[in-house]
Amino acid sequence: MSASTPVIRVEHVTRTLAGEVPVTLVEDASLEIERGEFVCVMGPSGSGKSSLLYLLGLLDTPTRGRIWIDGEDTSDFDDDRLTGLRLAKLGYVFQFHFLLAEFSALDNVSLPIRKLGRCSDEVARERAAQMLDRLGLEGQHHKRPSQLSGGQRQRVAIARSLANDPLVILADEPTGNLDSASSANVRDILRTLTRELNKTVVAVTHDSNFASVADRRIGIVDGRIDMGWRPA
Amino acid sequence: MAIALDVALAHLTSRKRQTLVSLTGVVLGVAFFLAVSSLMRGSEKDFIKRLVDNSPHITVYDEVRQGRTQPAELRWPDAAVTVHNVKPLNETRGIRGWPQRLALIEAVPGLRAAPVLAGTAVLTFAGREQGVTLSGAVPEKMKQVTVIEEKMIAGSLDALSANPNGVVVGKGLVDKFSLHMGSTLNVRAADGSSRALRVVGIFRTGNAAYDEGQAFVLLKRAQALLGRENRVNRVIIQLEDPYAAQRVAQAIESATGYKSVSWIEASEDILSLLLVRNVIMYSVVSAILVVAAFGIYNTISTIVMEKTRDIAIMKSMGFHARDLRRIFLLEGLIVGVLGSGLGVLLGMLLMEVLGRVEIRPPGVSEVVHLPLWWGLEQYALAAAFAMLSCLAASYLPARRAGRVHPVDILRGAA
Repeated sequence: MSASTPVIRVEHVTRTLAGEVPVTLVEDASLEIERGEFVCVMGPSGSGKSSLLYLLGLLDTPTRGRIWIDGEDTSDFDDDRLTGLRLAKLGYVFQFHFLLAEFSALDNVSLPIRKLGRCSDEVARERAAQMLDRLGLEGQHHKRPSQLSGGQRQRVAIARSLANDPLVILADEPTGNLDSASSANVRDILRTLTRELNKTVVAVTHDSNFASVADRRIGIVDGRIDMGWRPA
Repeated sequence: MAIALDVALAHLTSRKRQTLVSLTGVVLGVAFFLAVSSLMRGSEKDFIKRLVDNSPHITVYDEVRQGRTQPAELRWPDAAVTVHNVKPLNETRGIRGWPQRLALIEAVPGLRAAPVLAGTAVLTFAGREQGVTLSGAVPEKMKQVTVIEEKMIAGSLDALSANPNGVVVGKGLVDKFSLHMGSTLNVRAADGSSRALRVVGIFRTGNAAYDEGQAFVLLKRAQALLGRENRVNRVIIQLEDPYAAQRVAQAIESATGYKSVSWIEASEDILSLLLVRNVIMYSVVSAILVVAAFGIYNTISTIVMEKTRDIAIMKSMGFHARDLRRIFLLEGLIVGVLGSGLGVLLGMLLMEVLGRVEIRPPGVSEVVHLPLWWGLEQYALAAAFAMLSCLAASYLPARRAGRVHPVDILRGAA
C-alpha cells in the first residue's frame, strides 16, 4: 500500500431500504478521503448525510458498490471482520454522547481498549486516563456521565473514539447538543487531531462554524453527492 | 469475559430493586425445593426403613411361581401343548428337604436365615376364642431375623426353649383375654388337635392386628400341632444389605426352586406409589423455580429494552453479537448462582427448623420428629435446576440483544 492510498474509498455505493416502498438513502456515491483530512458532510435534513457516514463507518452495508478502508475492500467481509475493523481502525462520536451510564469516564474510555485486548486492563486504564487528561478532563476520571456537563460528556465520547488510536474518527453532528463554547471546543479538538496526530475526521454537521475549519466540504442532496451544494 | 462480567454486574446493580426481586424468587424457589424434597424423601426413606426393619428382607415360601411342568410339555418343548384336567398332587405342604435347602441358603454370604412353620390355629381362654397365625420357630435363629425380641415387654423368645409347651403372644391378645405371664391357653389346630400352652412371653409391636393375631411356639411344637412333622413352610431371611434383596431372592429361587419374595417385590405397589409421589413432588417444587425464571426473564428483557442504545454503541465500537449475548446470559447466570447459594442456605435453615418440630402421634407416648433427608443429591438437583431455569430465562433476551442492528437504533436516536 503506497503512502497516497486513500484511507477511505467509496465506489458507486448505493444504500436502499427494502420495504413496500423502497427508500434510497444514498445513491451512487463515489469519493476518496485522504489520511489527515478533515471532511465535513453537509446537506439539508433528510438528505442522507448520516446514512453516508454509517456506510463509511461500516455500521451499515451498501446495497451496491464497494468501500475500502485503509486499502482493504470490505465488500466480502462478514459481520465479525467488519466489527474487528471498526474496533481497530475506526472511532465514532455521535450527537448524543452515548456513554454507558453505569460506568465512570475512565471505564467508558478504557472499554474499547480492553475489548481490543492488546494490553492488560491496568495498562488500558492508564491509556484511558492519559486520553482524558489530553482532552482537559483531569480530575473527572471517576465521575459518571450524569456528573459531567454536556461539553465534558462529549469530550469523554471523543476520548473513547480515540481509545484504540484509530485511523478515522466519524462524527455525526458532534456539536448538535452543545452550546457555542463547547461546540467551538469540540471543533478545535477534532481539528487538532487531524493536524497534530494525522487522524482523518469525517463529520456530519449543520453547523457552518464547525464546518469552517474543514479541509473539504462534501454536499449531499436526496442521497446524491453534490459537490456544488452550499448551505443557505 | 472480564468486560462482559463488568457490564453484566453494572446492569444488575443499576436496577437494584428488580434484581433483588428476581434473586428473591430464585432463593425462595431453591429453599422450598430443598425443604419439600427433604421432607418427602425423608418420609420415604423412613417408611422404607420401617418396612425393611420390621419385615423379612426375603421370605421363601413352600410354593413355586409357575405350575409344575407336565411330562408332555417336557417331551415336546417347542410344540404347542395343552394339558386338560390336571389333578393336583395330594401331598403334605412344606419345603421338601428343608434342612438341606436352609444350609444352601445360609451358604450365601451376608445373610441370616430362620426356618418357620406357620399355620392357622384358634386360641381359647375363659370361653373366648381368637384365630391366630401360629408360627413355630427356632428361637436362636428367629432372634437373628426378626425384631420381635426387641419388642418383648415380658419374658423372651428364649423362654420357649426352656418351656416346650410355652407360647409367646402379643399385647393385643393379652388385653383381649385378660392374660398374664403363666396363663394357660388352649390352642386348637384346623384338624381339631389341641394342646394346652403356657404364656412365657408377651410382645408389643404397636401394630394392633399383629399384636392380636400372631403367636410363637417352638418349631417342633408347631409341627406336632399342625400335623406336619419335620416340615417348615417358610424360610425368613435378613440381609446385611437390604437393597440387594431382589437379586438375592432371585438367586435363592433359582437354587431352591421355591418362590422367594423380597421385601421389594412384596411392596411393589407401595414403592411405585412412592415413585409417583416423588414425581408429583418434584414437579410441584420445580414449578416454583419456573415461576422464578419468568421473573428473571422479565428483568433481563427490560434491561435489554432499556439498554438498546448502549448495545448499539457497544456494537459500533467493536463488540460482536456474541459478546452482547454473553453479557445478558451472564446476568442470568449471576442471579442463578447467587440465588442458588443463598437458596441452599435458606433451605438448610428451613430443614433445621422442620427437623425440630415435635409430633405426638395418637396412642404413642414418645415424641417423634419429622423425618428429613439431608442427602447431597437434592442440593445439586435444586441448584442445577435453578441455574438451568435462569439461563433459559436469559437466553431469549440475550439473543435479542445480539441481533440489535446499531444503525436502526442510531437512526432512531438521531
